[in-house]
Formats: sequence, C-alpha cells, structure tokens
Amino acid sequence: MAALLQHPCYEEERLRRVADKLPCREVQAGTLLSVMGGPEQHSFPSIFIYGHRASGKSHVIHMLLRELELPHATVSCVECVSVALLFEQVLLSLFGCDAASLLPRSPSLSDFVRIYRQQCSHSPAVQTRYIVMEKAELLRDMDANLLPALLRLQELVQDNVTVILLSEIVWDKFRPNTGCFEPLQLHFPDYSKGELQQILAQDSHPSYSAELYSSYINILLGVFYSVCRDLRELRHLAALNFSKFCEPLEEGKVKESDTHKLWRNIEPHLKKAMQTVYLREVSSVQWEQLQQMEEKDTGAVRGLSAHAHVELPYYSKFLLIAAYLASYNPARTDKRFFVKHHGKVRKTNFLKKHEKTSNHLLGPKPFPLDRLLAIFYSVVDSRVAPTASIFSQISSLVTLQLLAQVGHDDQIDAPKYKCAVSLDFIRAISRTVNFDIVKYLYDFL
Amino acid sequence: AKLFTYTQVGFISWQGCFVFKPSAKKKKRTLDVGESRDYFIDGCEGSGNSELRFKLCQSLWDKMKTETEVLQDELNRKILDRLLEFAGRPSSTFQHGADDWAARMRASEIPTAALVLGVNVPDHDMTFQSLSDLLRQSVTPHVASVQAKECGGEGLSNNGTPNKKRSSHVRDEQPQPPVVIIFKDLEAFNPRVLQDFILICSRYVEHLPLMFIFGIATSPSTIQHILPHSVSSLLCIELFQSLSCTQHLSTVIDKLILTPQFPFKLSGKVLQVLVGIFLYHDFSVRNFIKGLQLSLLEHFHSQPLSVLCCRKKEALANVLQLSHQDLESVRQLPSFRRYVERQEPQEQVNLLTDDTHIKGVCQKLIKGLRKYHKNFYPILRCLHTLTSSLPKYPLGKQIRELYILCLEKNVWENEEYQSAMQLLRMLARDELVASLQTCAEILKPVKAKKMRNVLDQLEDLLAKFKQLDKITSPEKGLQKKTDLFQLQKTLLEMKESRRSKKMSPFEILRNEAVDFIDSLVRCYLAPPESQPLNEVCYYSSSAVVRRHLNATPRTSIQTALSNPYHYLQNDTLRSEDGTVSNAAPDICIVHKLHLECGRLINLYDWLEGGHLEIEYVQTTCARKIARFIQAVSELEFLGFIKSTKQKTDHVARLTWGGC
Repeated sequence: MAALLQHPCYEEERLRRVADKLPCREVQAGTLLSVMGGPEQHSFPSIFIYGHRASGKSHVIHMLLRELELPHATVSCVECVSVALLFEQVLLSLFGCDAASLLPRSPSLSDFVRIYRQQCSHSPAVQTRYIVMEKAELLRDMDANLLPALLRLQELVQDNVTVILLSEIVWDKFRPNTGCFEPLQLHFPDYSKGELQQILAQDSHPSYSAELYSSYINILLGVFYSVCRDLRELRHLAALNFSKFCEPLEEGKVKESDTHKLWRNIEPHLKKAMQTVYLREVSSVQWEQLQQMEEKDTGAVRGLSAHAHVELPYYSKFLLIAAYLASYNPARTDKRFFVKHHGKVRKTNFLKKHEKTSNHLLGPKPFPLDRLLAIFYSVVDSRVAPTASIFSQISSLVTLQLLAQVGHDDQIDAPKYKCAVSLDFIRAISRTVNFDIVKYLYDFL
Repeated sequence: AKLFTYTQVGFISWQGCFVFKPSAKKKKRTLDVGESRDYFIDGCEGSGNSELRFKLCQSLWDKMKTETEVLQDELNRKILDRLLEFAGRPSSTFQHGADDWAARMRASEIPTAALVLGVNVPDHDMTFQSLSDLLRQSVTPHVASVQAKECGGEGLSNNGTPNKKRSSHVRDEQPQPPVVIIFKDLEAFNPRVLQDFILICSRYVEHLPLMFIFGIATSPSTIQHILPHSVSSLLCIELFQSLSCTQHLSTVIDKLILTPQFPFKLSGKVLQVLVGIFLYHDFSVRNFIKGLQLSLLEHFHSQPLSVLCCRKKEALANVLQLSHQDLESVRQLPSFRRYVERQEPQEQVNLLTDDTHIKGVCQKLIKGLRKYHKNFYPILRCLHTLTSSLPKYPLGKQIRELYILCLEKNVWENEEYQSAMQLLRMLARDELVASLQTCAEILKPVKAKKMRNVLDQLEDLLAKFKQLDKITSPEKGLQKKTDLFQLQKTLLEMKESRRSKKMSPFEILRNEAVDFIDSLVRCYLAPPESQPLNEVCYYSSSAVVRRHLNATPRTSIQTALSNPYHYLQNDTLRSEDGTVSNAAPDICIVHKLHLECGRLINLYDWLEGGHLEIEYVQTTCARKIARFIQAVSELEFLGFIKSTKQKTDHVARLTWGGC
C-alpha cells in the first residue's frame, strides 16, 4: 500500500512514515501529493476537498504538510468572524508577527494582497506555501469577493501559493453566480466498515491484547455502524464502554478467547448507550458513574428530554393554549369553537375538502395578535383585564421560544406569531388548567 | 498565560458579546436618603410626624430586606453548593494524566452545567450574582456572565481574541482554575451564535479548562432544540434543578408575613392581589417582594397613625407623642369606634374627650394587638397542619390560602371550615395523632403565655391517646381463641353497638380533640378587623396596589380619550353622560366621532362631522384640517385606526364596536 504514496522529490522512507499515519487514506494522500508536486515546484492555485465529518480531511492535509515540513497556514473559518482575523492569521503564520501588524484597522482584500506581495518580495517563496481553510462553507457568508479571490490568490499575489479549502459540502453549493476560477476537486469518501474496524483497532488498550480490542471494536461496530459512522464519535464510545466490556475478564469469569460470552455481556449495554449517551441524553461523566452503580439504581438518572415539564403562570398557560389553537385551527372556524350561540353550522359546509389534510402535519400557521387575544379571552374562565402584564407575558413566551414571532422584529402595529410547542406539550399544559384542548382542535373533530 | 490575566479584566467572548468586567457591578442610580425623604414627606397625609414615619418605614424595610436576603441565600445554598462542587471538580478531559488510556481516547468535551431555574426570569439575576460571587471566591477568578441581549446575532464587534487565545497555549503544567462562562438566558441566544461559540471553544478545550453554565428557564430539552447533535456532542451536560418558584414564594410568605416579627401587615385583599400577580402573571418572587415594599411605603405614606406600626417599646413611646389631631383620627378609626361602642357610657365619654385617657387605652390596645398576633400565627399553623392533609383540601393546600380566609372573616363561619371539622372527626387515629404531634412541635418554641397553656392541654390530649392503647389492649387479649360461633356473636354485638351509636373511647377522645381545636380557632383566629387599632398595622388599599403593579394601558388610554377630565382635572372639560365637551383636546373629539363609524371611515365625512358638532373658534380652514390630520395620526399611533388601500380616502378601524 505504501507504494501509492510515491514522489521523486521526497525520500521513500519519509513517505512511508507519513503513509503509516494515514491508514485507509493512501489513495487520497497519493492524489494530493501528486497534485502538490515537489516542494519547489509550482502547484495548482486552489484545491477543494470535501467529505463528511471525520473522514480524515484535515488529518491527511496536516500530516502531509507537517511531516514533509512544508510552509503553511491553517485557518478555521468558524473563528474568523471578520476577514481581518482571517488575513491576520494567514500573514502571521506565513511571515510572522511583523507582517500581521502591518494590516490596517479594518483591512480590505486589497490591503491583504498588497501586504502579501510586499512581504513576498522580501522573502520570495522557495517552497510552495499552503493556506488551509477549514470549514470553508462559512466563506460563503463573508464578503462576496473573498472566495473568488482566494481561489486565484496565486495569480493575485504572484507567489507560489496554494489555497486548500476543506468542507463538508460539495463545490456546487459554493460556486458564485458571477463565476470564478474552478478549484481542483477532491472527494474523501466515508470510511467503510472494514476501514473503521482497521483504524479503531489501532488504539488498543495497553493492558489487553490487540486481538481482544479488535474483537471489541467488531462488536461495537455491529451495534453502532447503522446509526453512526463518525470516527471521532465511535472512538469516544469505544473508550466509554471498554471498561464494562472488560468487567467479566477482570472478575475472572470469562477468558479472553470466549468472545461469545463477552458479546452477550456487552451487547445490551451498548444498545442502551445508543439511546442515552450517544444522543447526549446522559453526559459521558454520568454514563461512567452509571456503570459503576448497581443495575437496579440506573433507573434513577433520567435523560435530558425526560425533563420536558415547564411550569408557567396561569395566564401564560392560557395564552399558550390560545396561541396553539390559533396556529392549528383555520381562522374561519373560530366562530364555531368560540362563539356560544353560533347557530347551526352544517357539518358538510364546515369541513372543507382541501382542509382535510391534517393541520398538524402542515405545522403551525402564523396568526395576528388580535386573534390570539380574542381566543384567549374566550377560553379563559374569568374576566381578565387587558393589563400590561398580559402583553408582557406574550413577549416572555417569545423569549422562552414557546412562541415565535413571524416577520420583522420591529413590527409594532400588527405583530404575528406562531406557536412553537408540540401537541403533547400543550396537552400537558391544558391538563393542568382543566382545559380539554382536543375538543377545540379542528383536526380532531 | 496572557489570557488568564486578560480574563481577569474581562472575558471576551465573541460576536458582539461585549467585554464584561466582572468587578464592575452595574451601578444603580439610587436616590440618596435625603432626597427620597423629601419625596416621601412631600404630599404625605398628616405631615406632622412624616419624618418619624419615614424613619420607621426605612428601618422596617431594611430589616425585611435583610431577612429576604438571608432567605434567598438559604434557598439557593443547596444548588449553589452542588454547582461549586461541579466547577471545582477536575475536568475529566483536561486534568487526566497523558498515560490514562480512556482519557486519551475520549473526545474532549466541555463540562456544562444545565441550570434549570424556571420561567421567573427576573429572579434569576440574584441567583447568578451569588453564583458568580461564590465561584470567584472559592473556585476560580475567571468567571464571565453573558446575556443574550448583549450578544446580538450578526453584530460585528471583534476584539482580536484568537491571538490572545493562541498565546495561552504555551502554559505550564500546573492545574489551572477553570474558565467559567455563564450563559444567563440560554433560550434567548441566537442559536447560530451559540453553536459557533461552542465550536470555537471546543477547539481550545484541550489547552484551556473551559466550563459552561447554561441558565435555562423552560426545560433542559431546549438544549437539544437549540444545538444540533454535532454541537451538543461537544458538551458534557449535567443537570441542576433549582427550587420551584411556588415553593420559594411559600418560604417568603412564611418568613415575612406569617410572623409576628414584623409589625407591618397586609390585609387579605392586598395579599390576594400580590399572590394573584405572582400566580397568574409572572411567577416572580422578586416582584412579590417589590409589591410588599410598595405596600409598606404606601402604608407609611398614607396612614398618619403608622407611627405606631413599629416595635412595642417604640410604639408605646410614640403613643405618648401623638398630637390632638392624631388622637382625633384614632377616634375615627372604624375599629376604635366599634371598641368604644362596647364600653360603658362613662368610659365612652372619657375616650372621646380625654386625650390622656385615650393615650393610656391606646397603649393597652397596642399591647393587645401584639398579643393577638403572637397567638394568631401558631394557631394558624396548627389549623393548617390539621387540614392540609384532608381530602380535597377544604381549607386550601397552601397555608397562604387559609391565612387569606382567616383575614377576611370569621373562619369558623365558612362552610368549608365546617366540612373540614367534620372530616377531622372521621380521621384515622394514627393520622390524627401525628398531626396533633406536629401541632405540639409548632407550639413548643412559642413563648406567649397563652400558647404555653395550649401546649399543655394538647400534650394532655396526646397522653390520653397513648393511654387508649393500654385500655384497649387487654380486650384484644380476650379474643384470642375465636371459633365461628364466637365470631358471629361478636359481629352481632358490634352491629348492636353501632346501632345504638355507642362511641368507642377513641371516638370520644377524637371528638374532644376536634372540639379543642375548634375552640382554639374561635378564640385566636378572629379576623384582624375585630381588633381595635388594627388599621395601624394593616394596609388595605388593594386598588392602589393593583393600579401600581398591574397597569392597564389600554383602559387608561380609553379613559383619557373618552373622559379627559379624569386626567386633566380641568373644569371646562367636565361633562355628563359620556359626551365630550367642545373644549376637549382634538384627539378626544376625533375619537368620539370615530366611535360612530363603521369599519371603514371616510376621512372627509369624519372631518365634516367634526365641523358640524364642534365650533372651532376662530380657526381658518387650513388650520382646522391640519389639526384634524394631526389628531388622526395620533389615533393611528395609538393603534385605533390604520391606513388602508381598500378604498381611497378611507382609514380602517382597528377596534370593535360602533355600527
């Protein structure tokens, strides 16, 4: 396999060392290396690498650049809230602090290019310089000229520089309307099950044999491979559950070779982990504590989503109920539900054909404030004065994200809202105030 | 560790989170004492002793405030201790030795405390303040609190953080105190900002012992709504649930209101308003205490006799200082008049004419009022312990409900009270004895003489219940051998005895106990209105409190428009039967006219309608139109009408009514 990573400009021994650290990514590393060429050779202006999370994009790039000792700058775009930070980091890594300090207060792209060229003339590139942009999809939200400029930076600064963009999104979603230089695209496919097995088996526990760990990984993948292919997450799960796997060995009940018994011991445990710690319902620290507890005590720790109950003031509950009704009932049915003597409404007229599809499937609809208050006054038992606190409760519900304001924020005269809670939630709320909400919902008529 | 010194000055978070200086608390502009005294004395009823009243009011409020602060600390102690322990715990990803296999393999997560505080957001500030103070004292100097409104979404405020962060990478290996970031209101944060912030932090968590505290108002599942799995998998979330706000309120009421310690009292109606605002509107204990403060201030401001609302010694001294005018107002107090009516004719004359005599009587009555309070609360608590376990809670689940009942009228005249007593007469023995024992516990620390007697009587009763065991046990011994015949015989006997309603000794004793409780209630739980001079201590203007705390802007606007005299107090504006005088402001006239229109209003008709009804004195046509248009736009601003495109020269009404 090491043969894939070959280049006349580098010693074979060095390349083999790199290849050892890049299991299952030899093909991609080889392609990259051939594009990059020798250190002194001019390289392609920009390379775009995409693949899912934890498919080894950053790892491969960093291994190559570090092990082959190539000059490079790495920038994570999530950190660069402004282009200034991005420019500063690039200049800092390539030319040192002095260069970075030359940047004006809020630098433009041309400032960056000017300083780059100026620095470049002092110290022209002996080897290709690399700029690695992680999470490059965020570049799309920055200045419109930034991405096209980065793609042909080589041309702009007239230096031997290559920009490498790393992203989880395909290039088609990047391409600006105005067109730009097309980077060289490289795809990192997901690791296959076998590859995951091979990689994960490498970090075996020092006190146990490599075969045992490998069989453990096999069991782990058997449970988790269908839901999770993220290498980082799998490694985390492997670490969390390994002590439980070893428990029968420690107690001397089972021999290392008896994989079937080990499997029987760990499988239900892993299944439970899939529903709790993998979803972060239970934190990893709590999970470890749970493992040390007796089996019967484990019911005591409940997941995050088990605590769904929210205590609300009395009128807030009714406001929320009114908002739910306004969101899921068609406005023309309000008369039927909330006017006491609404007269005879023919059922056939009342149920219109196109509304037969469940409003609950379509999701909440926006409603104006007046409708909310009208329904509120008719569902709440007692006479309620329209006090300031009733109105401020509406905005409190918005802050708590139980209601959502639709449209622009500073709309004063006729704000519109949507109800953002689920049917189960509102049923629980209405139960506490003895209000049978299902009777008032058009969908359940 | 540049960042660490940096955080001491102010931890910089990202994207519009402002630099937040931990040391500099927001300085509230408070009125200094002299200034607020002037406000108090100005417009005070019966200004003769207003300065004394101000002083009393202040000292009383200070005492109540310290009490609430102590209370708050105690209530939060448990959860704060747990949080401190959490923050002090060495972070699993950070502090483990490099040789620990599991630690090396695990993904590095940021320890996060999800602190569920309930929807009473105004109360949270105090909790967070004491939390960050405690953290700074005992765990780490690096604590930063951020609020959502300071971290606006796409705002651009960047403070060159990454460099500073990077410089901190070079650090020595000694354990570092954690850097704690408190998100006060998680729900209000822009999810994208939060996600990006967590992503950035997770890049440094191996070098920087970061720790988050999320303040959550609703439920912990919001974390999963705000953060996708890719982000929440970077956190190691532990849940902390604080005391519910209703429990919190109960403790506050218990310590501030159901105690003879503070002479200031609320009447049933005022207490109901305050509790109503809490339960129906905001769940905020802080606002409840604010309401209490307002009532206190209003009481001392509006009641000249509030000079007597203080500790016994001072009150007795203040009685002697009362002026003739003050004594006249004492004579006019309804409770005092009722008291006078009950006296002998000669005594009545003395009370109404002799100032020195009335002072002596007042001293006696003040002492009586104090004794009344000293006995009232223990008995109230006893009654509550007995009735709070009854099915359907005839006298309320919470002690405050029972208290309000007792404040309003003679509690024993309530139907619910009767049914509660009936239920008590059916209580099982162990339940009754347990409740009575709790009552004895309640009475034990009370020092009042009468309560000592009550306690003795109660203990006698309890002893009798114990005696009952000894009497009944030999009977049981007889029935050891039971055959079918004997069983039938005993059953028949039991039936007989039931028919003849012969009560068992336990039933007799139970009735005795319930009668005893009933007599206590009738003796000590009379409403305060029955006590002479109660107006000195009880504040009863619930309407004022409601108006101040629960404003009704729409009603006020409506009143202002339809009856401008109500606010302007100008005699020319006075009018009867809902008409608006011609001298009223333009907007009132325009409003009055628009009430007679339909949903769409023709502007021209509206203007002409104004012309027909009202004489605009000496105004030119252009000026008239200008004034009309101004009034119309004012109405639009107030939300009564809006412009519409349905018909030209028309506006749409936004209110109901009319034709």
